[in-house]
Amino acid sequence: MSIDIPTICLTNIGPLITLSIAGLLLLLFDAFSGKAIKKAHFHQFSLVAVGIALLQTAWLWNRQTTDFSRMLYIDNFSFFFYVIFLLGTGISIILSVHYLENYQKNYGEYYSLMIFAAVGMMLMAAGGNLVIIFLGVEILSIPIYILSGLFREDLKSNEAALKYLLLGAFSSAFLLFGIAMLYGGTNTFYLADLAAFIKKNGMNGFTYVGMGLLIVGFGFKVSMAPFHMWTPDVYEGAPTSITAFMSVGTKAAAFAAFLRVFFEVFPSVRMEWDLLLWVAAVATMTVGNITALAQTNIKRMLAYSSIAHAGYIMVGLIAGNQLGATGILYYLLAYTLMNLGAFGVVIAVARKKDSYLNIYDYSGLAYQYPGLAAIMSVFLFSLVGMPPTAGFIGKFYIFSAAVQAGYIWLVIFAVINSLISVYYYLRITVIMYMKPAEAELGPVATTPVVNATLIISALAVLLLGIFPGAIFTLAMNSVKIFGS
Amino acid sequence: MNFPILSILILLPMVGVALIMMLNRENQWVIKGTAMAVALLEFAVSLPLWFWFNSNTAEMQFVERYSWVPSYGISYYVGIDGISLLLVLLTTFITPICVLACWEDVQDRVKEFMICLLFLQTGMIGVFVSLDLFLFYVFWEVMLIPMYLLIGVWGNPARRIYAAVKFFIYTMVGSLLMLVAILVLYFYNAKVTGEYTFDLLKMYGLNIPFAMQFWMFLAFGLAFAIKVPMFPVHTWLPDAHTEAPTVGSVILAAVLLKMGTYGFIRFNMPLFPEAAWYFVPLFSILAVIGIIYGALVSLVQVDLKRLVAFSSVSHLGFVMLGLFSYTMAGVQGGIIQMINHGLSTGALFLIVGMIYERRHTRMIADFGGISKVMPVFAAIFMIVTLSSIGLPGLNGFVGEFLILLGAFKANKVYAIFAATGVIFAAAYMLWMFQRVMFGVVTNEKNKNLKDLSLREVAVLLPVLLFIVWIGVYPNTFLDKTKASTANFVAYMEKAKATKVAAADVIMKGDLR
Repeated sequence: MSIDIPTICLTNIGPLITLSIAGLLLLLFDAFSGKAIKKAHFHQFSLVAVGIALLQTAWLWNRQTTDFSRMLYIDNFSFFFYVIFLLGTGISIILSVHYLENYQKNYGEYYSLMIFAAVGMMLMAAGGNLVIIFLGVEILSIPIYILSGLFREDLKSNEAALKYLLLGAFSSAFLLFGIAMLYGGTNTFYLADLAAFIKKNGMNGFTYVGMGLLIVGFGFKVSMAPFHMWTPDVYEGAPTSITAFMSVGTKAAAFAAFLRVFFEVFPSVRMEWDLLLWVAAVATMTVGNITALAQTNIKRMLAYSSIAHAGYIMVGLIAGNQLGATGILYYLLAYTLMNLGAFGVVIAVARKKDSYLNIYDYSGLAYQYPGLAAIMSVFLFSLVGMPPTAGFIGKFYIFSAAVQAGYIWLVIFAVINSLISVYYYLRITVIMYMKPAEAELGPVATTPVVNATLIISALAVLLLGIFPGAIFTLAMNSVKIFGS
Repeated sequence: MNFPILSILILLPMVGVALIMMLNRENQWVIKGTAMAVALLEFAVSLPLWFWFNSNTAEMQFVERYSWVPSYGISYYVGIDGISLLLVLLTTFITPICVLACWEDVQDRVKEFMICLLFLQTGMIGVFVSLDLFLFYVFWEVMLIPMYLLIGVWGNPARRIYAAVKFFIYTMVGSLLMLVAILVLYFYNAKVTGEYTFDLLKMYGLNIPFAMQFWMFLAFGLAFAIKVPMFPVHTWLPDAHTEAPTVGSVILAAVLLKMGTYGFIRFNMPLFPEAAWYFVPLFSILAVIGIIYGALVSLVQVDLKRLVAFSSVSHLGFVMLGLFSYTMAGVQGGIIQMINHGLSTGALFLIVGMIYERRHTRMIADFGGISKVMPVFAAIFMIVTLSSIGLPGLNGFVGEFLILLGAFKANKVYAIFAATGVIFAAAYMLWMFQRVMFGVVTNEKNKNLKDLSLREVAVLLPVLLFIVWIGVYPNTFLDKTKASTANFVAYMEKAKATKVAAADVIMKGDLR
């Protein structure tokens, strides 16, 4: 018996290695630094790590290959998601610093956990094997369980952590059981082999059950109705910076895996899962939007709106064509920018210990801080899907994919839902611009770095909305792997 | 012609926005001056459109085309023909007037106000010149935001938020369904011709099955009907008009409502001609209901601004009736009536605004005998009122006469009912005028009102000029629209033949 030592190329997982080492180093620094390294440097260190990872990612462009015995795909699809994750992580880190200092929780492990979570996301996007994808899910989830409970003294934070842990474990179990079923039915964990098997032999009982369980598992992570119940409580209770990170990062990662698995493994049985997802998507949008209407806590409102956005993205998944996949990628990028931006403003306005989270705390913001209000409006209009913002183009791509695939009713439901969302997003602009300040707003302190980040995000949202061509082509190239 | 006039018209206000953003908000005069300069320059730039426009062809002119998102077939494609020419000019003409009109009216947050106004202008011009469905949709939506802010921020404090949100949501209802229809059309076009494009002109020749036309016409039609606004979906208009600041009402009346009627003639009818014929009865009846209903409701209004707002419903009913007659006279009348309504109703809102500035009330009952105190104001108000009624020699008559002529040719019943609207118009306008301007001054506060200032006269005088010009010699304007209208009517006639066959399909119940 000879043992094959697979040839591996470490540069293929360069970003992952960098981030993992950075995460470990941060933990060590935190433990042993004493006064030598000031806590203020942790976030700078993590930003540098994210920057290096981004550079290494750039190097991965256009390399269609697999590595680590086909465990990982090194392709443009992973590339695109790496960029989204790193962008999301970077912006979240920037938004965290001031926020954590207010709570005196500017710990090293916070950044370390965030970076580990990013590694998990990347594994989910790049996994070529169900086990790797599961590993990614866990590496992503465990840090987030901890981070949600960062504010130990706060009951809500505790509730969030526990709730997320319990339901997250639940969803992991579904995912794992689904993977087991698929293995039982096909004798393989590899996506490519699974696809080949199903193409050749068709579906059998095991694979059907496995597929259903996978939908449930991923559904939890993307907060698809009826598995969305955890979202509002966790989003509300978790530290706002983590909510921001979670709302874009986890969702993008889960959609990456969802997309990869379903487009690669189950395209031939699309008819069997699309009706299921059709109902789920409409339910997700509707539940998210209708419930968001009634919220007065802005974090909760954005939590429900994020459920609705998951619904829109699922429309692209159901369309099941290349355009749909392209649209999802574009939308997730846009969503990362606009949602993080909106949360950035929320963090700024909430100030010390989240004392201003009610939507009416925004009244008169436009009088005292016209810049901040204008930026928030850009993000909100983008979340609504108004041109000329990235949110509009994202929706446009996704909806057009569904129309192309013939799902006209689904699109009509989706646009009606967009309409509902107009009301609650618009309400924030109404409060900011048209209601007089009920009380003196007081100083809203932001650091120049945060300001710059928010301005750049807002500009990016506009720019992506006005010149969508380049990113669209990039996204298009990224989903070429899905054939059809 | 290589000079990109249309692009300059679209971009110039944005340059103005950028300039104003950099100005110090304390310097209100500088801000207003800049806005005025930009608006005047914009008007000056738009003038060559009039002079260089070739009236003998129905082709698109001043066309510019650049690829925007090539992989999607989206291009920046603009051009105008006889239908849009006048509307573009109306937009550039009304904006400087608006800036001048709000010179003293708006004191609060002037900077943002001017930014909104100029931003709005970009959107409006964009809507009228876009020949790419995607581009059109973008402008159509973009223009919502500044208008929403104009109503919501500078409106009447009591109900402005309600009005602004209502305006926004009503418009979104229609436009989102239109987006779906645009996408369906896009993919249908790609399926038939194999070319992925949003090019409007290429889609004109598309032979769409009737069942599809039916739904698409309704989807586009809802968006435009809300904007017009046609009878059952008009309820946002009185609120928006009443609560908006004077300038907001003027732009809303003069330009924004025209987007609906323009949408019908540019998109709905030529894209889905068979459905357009099929829906003639429905839309004509709605238009006639709008004419009579708007007039009757105007009759009982106690608020001047609300009265003018409801009269818009009536006037726009005439426009729709004219367009749906598919006759030369009717369509030309419809186009000229769009301009007329922009001028006279715009002027009416300005006038109401001026008296509101003085008295801070718009209730008809609070006035009376004003003509004695403000003779110049009275004279101008009279002319505008008569123009709105449709007195021969003023612009309103030309439009309404042509429309009724066309409608009579198409269907006598509609025309007869619509003609009663003219009588009602005389009733509500003259009665209003009488109550406000004539009689003795009963209210103490009205005794010492100042007559119009030079600035206010300067605001109204250009409008009066065109009110008389169109009334006396409409051919100057009708000539520009002739070729395009003839082309449109011929196109619709051609589609009529197939419509009969399509109607049979409906009878047999083949329609899903």
